[in-house]
Amino acid sequence: MSDVTRATAAELGRLLADGEVSAEEVTRAHLDRIAAVDDKVHAFLHVDNEGAIEKARKIDQARADKEQLGPLAGVPIAIKDVIATKGVPTTCASKILEGWRPPYDATLMERINGAGMVMLGKTNMDEFAMGSSTEYSAYGPTNNPWDLGRIPGGSGGGSAAALAAYEAPLSIGTDTGGSIRQPGAVTGTVGAKPTYGGTSRYGLVAFSSSLDTPGPCARTVEDTALLHAVIAGHDPRDSTSIDAPVPDVVAAAKLGATGDLTGVKLGLVKEFSGEGAEPGVMAAFRDAVDALVKLGAEVVEVSCPHFLYALPAYYLIAPSECSSNLARFDGVRYGLRVGDDGNRSLEEVMSLTREAGFGAEVKRRIIIGTYALSSGYYDAYYGQAQKVRTLITRDFTAAFEQVDVLVSPTTPFVAFPFGSRTADPYQMYLADLYTIPTNLYGGPAISVPCGLSEGLPVGFQIMAPTLADDRMYRVGAALESALGTLTPPDLEV
Amino acid sequence: MTTLAMLTYDDALERFEPVIGLETHVELGTATKMFCGCPTEFGAEPNTQVCPVCLALPGALPVANKAAIEATIRIGLALNCSIATWCRFARKNYFYPDMPKNFQISQYDEPLCVDGWLDVEVDGETVRVEIERVHLEEDTGKTLHVGGATGRIHGATESLVDYNRAGIPLVEIVTKPVVGTGGKAPLVAKAYVTELRDVIRSLGVSDVRMEQGSMRCDVNTSLSKPGAEWGTRTETKNVNSLRSVERAVRSEIIRQANVLEAGGKITQETRHFHEDTGETTSGRSKETATDYRYFPEPDLVPLAPDPAWVAELKAALPEPPRVHRKRLQDAWGLADAEMQAIVNAGAVELIEATVAAGTSADGARKWWLGELARRANEAGVELGAMNVTPAQVAQLQQLVDEGKLNDKLARTVLEGVLAGEGDPAAVMAARGLEVVSDTGALEKAVDEAIAANPAIADKIRSGKVEAAGVLIGAVMKTTRGQADAKTVRELIIARLG
Amino acid sequence: MAAISREEVAHLARLSRLAVTDEELDRFAGQLDVILQSVARVGEVAADDIPPTSHSVPLTNVLREDVVVPGLGPDEALSGAPDPAEQRFRVPRILEEEA
Repeated sequence: MSDVTRATAAELGRLLADGEVSAEEVTRAHLDRIAAVDDKVHAFLHVDNEGAIEKARKIDQARADKEQLGPLAGVPIAIKDVIATKGVPTTCASKILEGWRPPYDATLMERINGAGMVMLGKTNMDEFAMGSSTEYSAYGPTNNPWDLGRIPGGSGGGSAAALAAYEAPLSIGTDTGGSIRQPGAVTGTVGAKPTYGGTSRYGLVAFSSSLDTPGPCARTVEDTALLHAVIAGHDPRDSTSIDAPVPDVVAAAKLGATGDLTGVKLGLVKEFSGEGAEPGVMAAFRDAVDALVKLGAEVVEVSCPHFLYALPAYYLIAPSECSSNLARFDGVRYGLRVGDDGNRSLEEVMSLTREAGFGAEVKRRIIIGTYALSSGYYDAYYGQAQKVRTLITRDFTAAFEQVDVLVSPTTPFVAFPFGSRTADPYQMYLADLYTIPTNLYGGPAISVPCGLSEGLPVGFQIMAPTLADDRMYRVGAALESALGTLTPPDLEV
Repeated sequence: MTTLAMLTYDDALERFEPVIGLETHVELGTATKMFCGCPTEFGAEPNTQVCPVCLALPGALPVANKAAIEATIRIGLALNCSIATWCRFARKNYFYPDMPKNFQISQYDEPLCVDGWLDVEVDGETVRVEIERVHLEEDTGKTLHVGGATGRIHGATESLVDYNRAGIPLVEIVTKPVVGTGGKAPLVAKAYVTELRDVIRSLGVSDVRMEQGSMRCDVNTSLSKPGAEWGTRTETKNVNSLRSVERAVRSEIIRQANVLEAGGKITQETRHFHEDTGETTSGRSKETATDYRYFPEPDLVPLAPDPAWVAELKAALPEPPRVHRKRLQDAWGLADAEMQAIVNAGAVELIEATVAAGTSADGARKWWLGELARRANEAGVELGAMNVTPAQVAQLQQLVDEGKLNDKLARTVLEGVLAGEGDPAAVMAARGLEVVSDTGALEKAVDEAIAANPAIADKIRSGKVEAAGVLIGAVMKTTRGQADAKTVRELIIARLG
Repeated sequence: MAAISREEVAHLARLSRLAVTDEELDRFAGQLDVILQSVARVGEVAADDIPPTSHSVPLTNVLREDVVVPGLGPDEALSGAPDPAEQRFRVPRILEEEA
């Protein structure tokens, strides 16, 4: 194989198993690629060159020793910098955690390491996963490989851009309101948010505990499913982890790839039928629906009236939980400490530390969350948002009595230019309009590329019932079989 | 400014009616912390019993300890509470360095146990203290204040935090306001905390030691004019012994009465009790207290104790200490005052176990309230902390009963047991302390004593039996105290009578 | 009418231990007002008899056995500390005592 960085993870797995290429070669090729293009893309906050090579050699040795290895052993992966990686810097793209090296691994890192995968490094993101453009990274934004002047989505822009730039075949993202799917959509890659509780949050630095979901990102649906199978499953260290068998997402992706959707019912969400979305996005979406119909799918319009309240409910629940989750960053046990001159009190030093360590968006959300939880406002804001959450869940439940999956565009607009939505934070929030209902409900959803609008990728979102993650992979793979994958312009010009 | 005469306690009670309330925190004696698998041993080196969870490292998540939930439900049941069929943990948000997450996982509007009661005895009268709630939360770390003169937070230049204690399960037991106890309020408070301690100890879920902080008590006190609305309450903290509970209430009643009598107002505040002066001083004013922004803990799923499980736990509860004590008192045939002495000495369980090991109640009581209480007192430790088991005490008394030890020798043997030399029988053998029961040897010693003291012998022969003491003393001397005085006396009378 | 005033933002920032600057206060007050007016739309939904959802997973009683699990050594525990001393986490003087 001439350029292993263009291969899919599934292909790499086969090449490695057949001994056609070594894990070290594959790893070096990707590290070289990162060295060549990442100053343009800035997908990575930290590249673990030595650790990656060392791990790759171990896998090669294990293979030489005829050890039993999984299908992704020796395949490189990039990890969103919100996941705790033992001994490897984990900053959440925040100044407050600059240089912090966790003394423990997240559960999903243990699974990735156990599967013999090779971590290349940590990817850029909006600070503490709050944002939709990576412009809120304290270390500068990631640039979209399709157009370096545009955002790669967020918060997991680094994990998505690393795939589109062929710096890694697989990556890990986390999705609280769309942070896997929206970057997938605007970079022309695939990103899946598993069922909440389907993947362990232990070691995922919490933004909004009741919403955060780690998930797989790749360039193909099958690769996404392969990674999903590695990281999913019950974890006794996460109380919200579901103790149930993981649906066979790989088999579902393979079934979908046959291009037959006979008997599958798709629900078009009436409330997401175009208002607020760019015409080009809606056009690509409708073409994709038509393509699925050609594969045998049946389309029904369903009404989910409370989806329109998902965005406001989310922007109360997530900041509320974040205001509490981020209280631990106080300069006592780890991370930044500012202003400790021997005269100032702890309260002053904590306040100066948090002021200096957090970016504006994080501060805004902490303040909103503090407000929404305070005794005078709790019922009107946080309490009411949780009731809306119940209603949204009921909308989903009712919809899934009629259809197998719900479909919509992933995000209302294609990658926008840097700076165009930062002045008015609420304009940024609109990027998550279509992805948020799923987070409030807890079900799985995937974004799969469905063509271009104005030369930029458009994402197609498939939402499934909780614990039926396999359904979205089947439909996603079918769509991919009909439309193919997207190839971004060459970066080495 | 006019100076007013200080009101005494009795004056205060003539004018005001006290209302008290108690919030007691009990550290559970589980092997691990509330939300992680770290050990809970007391006194470990700083920051050696910590992990990502209890240090609140980014990304770590809590998982609730089943044994702590069970212990809390058992406490609730023992306090006659209803157990929730569904409830959630909540986050209590406030910044403090001994609390690693800067929120405490606690319970807010959905406690595990509610609406119970505990009967306590004061001056032979039963007072029912109603329990509002029993809930479960996590303890904080410990802060060492450096640079100040007193080791207190005031005047310290910096503080050092140890998180070993952070996350140890803590049960909070809150009473409803206790009204109508008048001048007995301080005694009721003390009796309640004492009884609560005994109940929890009987459950075996905590060592409930106030001096080590595994049981802590906050006392709320307010005064009102008879028939009027309740006054503003203060919350007294740092109440670290049963005695202090009583003193804190008493001193707060006197203080508040004097403030009110002088036309002043009681501020709702936290006050600190000082063991040395027996008085309270003002702490943080509650008016500026932060809004804790409670909300359901999203990292923990709800608790829904299975009613069948709760019923099982209820059926397996031990006898309440009050009932248990009454039963023992009857079995042991003791007067109220005698039983009270045992209770006060903290010797109920010790004597019970000693009796169970085969000793008479009188025998067991004699050792625990006598020699051992004296030695415990001298050493300044609790009776239960003495280096002797009820089984050993039982064996010791058995040796006395069998005539192998006399009282004096038994005390020497006990000394050996306390010094770690082994069981009483082993100490007796090793030290050669057994009573000389070889009649031949004794007779020889008696004959020698008679021969050496002809004048005394004559006196006895002439009927002055009380003179036998001199001969007994001589025999004891030659046998190095190991003879049974009664046997010696009998031998002497037999020879000379 | 503004949903939130500059003074409220200042109070919330203090509660959140954020030493915000005056410039930030001005900026945040405006931005937070826009955000809060938008999210206040949740109030339009009639939901009096609707139970709130705090957890999207229908789980209860997730408990662990009371068994010790090895934790971190003190070196690891203090490895990220900005200012360790005597195997403890050093902090500047504390102003007020808490609950």
